[in-house]
Amino acid sequence: MSATIPRHDDHLPPLTVTHYLICLRGIVWREALRFVHQRERFISALVRPLVWLFIFAAGFRQILGVSIIPPYDTYVLYEVYVTPGLMAMIQLFNGMQSSLSMVYDREMGNMRMLLVSPFPRWFLLLCKLLASTAVSVLQVYAYLLVAWLWGIEPPAWGYVAVLPALILSGLMLGALGMLLSSAIRQLENFAGVMNFVIFPMFFASSALYPLWLVQQSSPVVYAICRLNPFTYAVELIRFALYLEVDWLSLAVVAGMTALFTVGAILAYDPARGLIGRRGG
Amino acid sequence: MTIDVPALAVRGVSHAYGTRKALRDVDLTVPRGRFTVLLGLNGAGKTTLFSLITRLFDTQQGSIDVLGFRISQHPGQALRRLGIVFQARTLDLDLSVMENLLYHAALHGIGGRDARQRAQDVLADFELADRRRDTARKLSGGQMRRVEIARALIHRPQFLALDEPTVGLDVVSKSAILRRVRGLVQERGVSVLWSTHLLDEVQPDDAVAVLHRGQVVAAGDVADVVAATRTGDMRAAFIALTGGAPGSDVE
Repeated sequence: MSATIPRHDDHLPPLTVTHYLICLRGIVWREALRFVHQRERFISALVRPLVWLFIFAAGFRQILGVSIIPPYDTYVLYEVYVTPGLMAMIQLFNGMQSSLSMVYDREMGNMRMLLVSPFPRWFLLLCKLLASTAVSVLQVYAYLLVAWLWGIEPPAWGYVAVLPALILSGLMLGALGMLLSSAIRQLENFAGVMNFVIFPMFFASSALYPLWLVQQSSPVVYAICRLNPFTYAVELIRFALYLEVDWLSLAVVAGMTALFTVGAILAYDPARGLIGRRGG
Repeated sequence: MTIDVPALAVRGVSHAYGTRKALRDVDLTVPRGRFTVLLGLNGAGKTTLFSLITRLFDTQQGSIDVLGFRISQHPGQALRRLGIVFQARTLDLDLSVMENLLYHAALHGIGGRDARQRAQDVLADFELADRRRDTARKLSGGQMRRVEIARALIHRPQFLALDEPTVGLDVVSKSAILRRVRGLVQERGVSVLWSTHLLDEVQPDDAVAVLHRGQVVAAGDVADVVAATRTGDMRAAFIALTGGAPGSDVE
């Protein structure tokens, strides 16, 4: 045993903001590393919306007419309409991927090392959430670059204005994923999330078709779309991309972010939550 | 914090999973600077106790103090002073050895050059410096365990708790790890709680606590436990206390 490590002693300086920032950076860094190491994840995250854009949107542009609706001040091509929905879809899948990753971490034991960190558990979960959101935002901008090459050109400042909306919607969907991960016992159960969360949220929203069109077809589905928080994430992004704020969407997404985050923190609380009862 | 404060003081701890009681009124003290063995058959409640010590589970009944800090009230202070090695592997297999260590350092608020230096030191200490760029996936079971112990030391805890760290390892890896952890006690004054069901990991000068069906049935120095059971050695004492017999998990 070498003598390179000092003797371990009692006196530890209190944790400061710097320590918290180091912890945050470490968790974001690990999430980014995992993302980089899992190249297939990045490619599939990019290919999925591009398939919708190149194939689905190309097919539907002749069928679906999009009249002038806010925030657009003119008729737009279906590809243009569907782009914010696909941006939100990237974040939805990323949120669920994070959920999957947390279940995997729990099964593999990595989650334990996170939860035995001396920082408060709410802070650790927020760091995870921010890390997941950062990864999703990077994916969205990669998609926007390809979409721009495809001829979808929102206002230049829209690329900047959409960033806060992406962060907020990323947080909401990440928090939802985190909440779901606390309820999923095993990786095998994750298929249920695909069937019962991702697909209904995506299809019963304004991502693929304007709500007025849905209302004409089915008032029931329209009502479901209006109750779906994902609809508001899509609209928040859509308006921000065109330099406008949809206040209702902002309020709903902010409220749902808070609700899902508090739910996830409670679920991971050892005294109260599901994880506390079952173990990390 | 004075030297009189034990590394770990568990008082009257009970824990149940629904109606099934895993721990009953457990009292356990890990003295400072000692190697304490928590000995018990599989299913005795060792892992549950570790989950409570590390606050993965909330304490339902009783109290747990790590170096004087109550885990339920001051979890941050307690966890900063505690190094933990879980029975299940907890390395991120997709990250390199160095990345695993730096991530753990960050989880303790240690970053930058300090973290890198500490990581290099503990890796050198566990003869893993040449494996720092390898992904954890490429390591053998024994090497993974050494990385996990090195990782548990990166924030320089005064108390190290290891839950069945030698499970699944060959004899050579097992004895090497045991020797190194005992070295931490002798050379650096680290207090160690070593959970196992393997009697050959107990030495005469160790402190020992025997956990059986969720209860501590004997605790103290090995000689005291042997004397209290009026047996000749720790193996006989353990069998007398637990009814463990050849063919059970005791080896």
